[in-house]
Amino acid sequence: MEKLIYLDNAATTKTAPEVVEAMLPYFTEDYGNPSSVYGFAAKNKSAVDEQREVIAEALGADAREIYFTAGGSEADNWALKAAAEAYESKGRHIITTKIEHHAILHTAEYLESRGFEVTYLDVDENGVVRLDDLRAAIRPDTILISVMYANNEIGTLEPVVEIGKLAHENGILFHTDAVQAFGQIPVNVDACHIDLLSASGHKLNGPKGIGFLYIRKGVKIRSFVHGGAQERKRRAGTENVPGIVGLGTAVKRAVRTMEERTEKERELRDYLIGRVLAEIPYCRLNGHGTERLPNNANFSFRFIEGESLLIRLDMKGICGSSGSACTSGSLDPSHVLLAIGLPHETAHGSLRLTLGEDTTREDLDYVIDSLKEIVAGLREMSPLYEDYIKKNK
Amino acid sequence: MYSAKVMDHFEHPRNVGEIENASGVGTVGNAKCGDIMRIYLDIDENQIIRDVKFKTFGCGAAVATSSMATELVKGKSIQEAMQVTNKAVMEALDGLPPVKVHCSLLAEEAIHAALWDYAGKHDIKIEGLEKPKADIHEGEEEEEEEY
Ligand SMILES: Cc1ncc(COP(=O)(O)O)c(C=O)c1O
Repeated sequence: MEKLIYLDNAATTKTAPEVVEAMLPYFTEDYGNPSSVYGFAAKNKSAVDEQREVIAEALGADAREIYFTAGGSEADNWALKAAAEAYESKGRHIITTKIEHHAILHTAEYLESRGFEVTYLDVDENGVVRLDDLRAAIRPDTILISVMYANNEIGTLEPVVEIGKLAHENGILFHTDAVQAFGQIPVNVDACHIDLLSASGHKLNGPKGIGFLYIRKGVKIRSFVHGGAQERKRRAGTENVPGIVGLGTAVKRAVRTMEERTEKERELRDYLIGRVLAEIPYCRLNGHGTERLPNNANFSFRFIEGESLLIRLDMKGICGSSGSACTSGSLDPSHVLLAIGLPHETAHGSLRLTLGEDTTREDLDYVIDSLKEIVAGLREMSPLYEDYIKKNK
Repeated sequence: MYSAKVMDHFEHPRNVGEIENASGVGTVGNAKCGDIMRIYLDIDENQIIRDVKFKTFGCGAAVATSSMATELVKGKSIQEAMQVTNKAVMEALDGLPPVKVHCSLLAEEAIHAALWDYAGKHDIKIEGLEKPKADIHEGEEEEEEEY
């Protein structure tokens, strides 16, 4: 393919060359097991400790509160299952939202099958959790509130400071899935009263299959993977040293470049949103107008279906994603788009474009021009558009 | 994920459009599930399908199966058109991923719905043709949104 414009950075990002370079020696040169006694392995142990410090610093946490996992999904599973188990003598009620990632939703469903009660909060039309709803959902037996920091589909930022405060005041644990937010916006665990936080390497130009769970000191969460004494006996398994080094390097880099990078992304994002809304009829922006991730744009185009749109974009070398049923592998379109109140038809016609650090204005101009042509072409083919035009003639 | 034939029909769909005063029109599917197909037939006095057009809202497979179905019935007699099953459409496209098989069923149903419409208008009976499942929701779930 000659041209590739990658606008699916919420799905995954390119591992930065600087990150790969930092990882490489840990495969072939310093490959020792960090648990070993001999001097040869010492470098590995210190590398792991060093990355823990880097990550802790980025969150305003202590290094001993960072537990490496094999990615965001594992961190989410761990947080929910272990918190439920550890605190079930206090109660069996958990609060989360309807717009969480499936790593949370399916884990919550699993816990329901184990006798826990879960409240799934609605969100408003922008995808924001209503604090009044949350307040009303809190019960004496509520042990955990899990609300994502930022939504992966529509980019909406949740009011985590207020949610954390509410949880704290009521003596309830607060978990947040920050997989999309971490590295894109400043996150501080104390300012938001966060007890548990999930993050993943591959969303911030780090490697795939590595992430971490932050567990606040004093939170009595037990082991998720049983075995050796790694990760303070809470997550067994020989450390993925290259992955951890990659993650740490990516976090350091993300923190360093955050301000400049996201300022540029916000500007480009708003340029993209502005032009699409102005130049393509029967189109809407999904998610909050301003309280959204710097790199996220999510549109719905009426009368057309998302998978068709994605294939046509792919033919022009453009990578995006959609919440249509055909791309979710089920009969229903995205649960997030339905939760913000979109009718099925409009949800099927959605397109998420998530910019990366290399995205340029020229890229976006090409994307917008292609999009105009593709949307018009698909509408020409759409019986829904035909009916609409005839009815409104 | 799709065969080269499917991609070809998606990229260059045959017979897209409408036929004014068509002999028969059939619309099947629903927007809720994400596919709607509409087939227009122009049938001459010898019951030969002189022309056929389609419009489809749906995924790549939905577009490709509609396109292929129109190719398969064009120039055929009504009875021959009745033999164009979803299997025939799939075979002509060198297969479909399992999750997309329903698209080929929809294409078959769309042809049948258009023939049913024609039969009703001309008060004739087509052997083997059954009343199409009326699962399209006209006007239901109207959009309230402002764009
Ligand atoms: C919000 C959110 N949570 C969790 C995950 C899962 O992370 P991972 O792919 O590292 O398991 C993702 C990634 O798709 C995500 O966007």
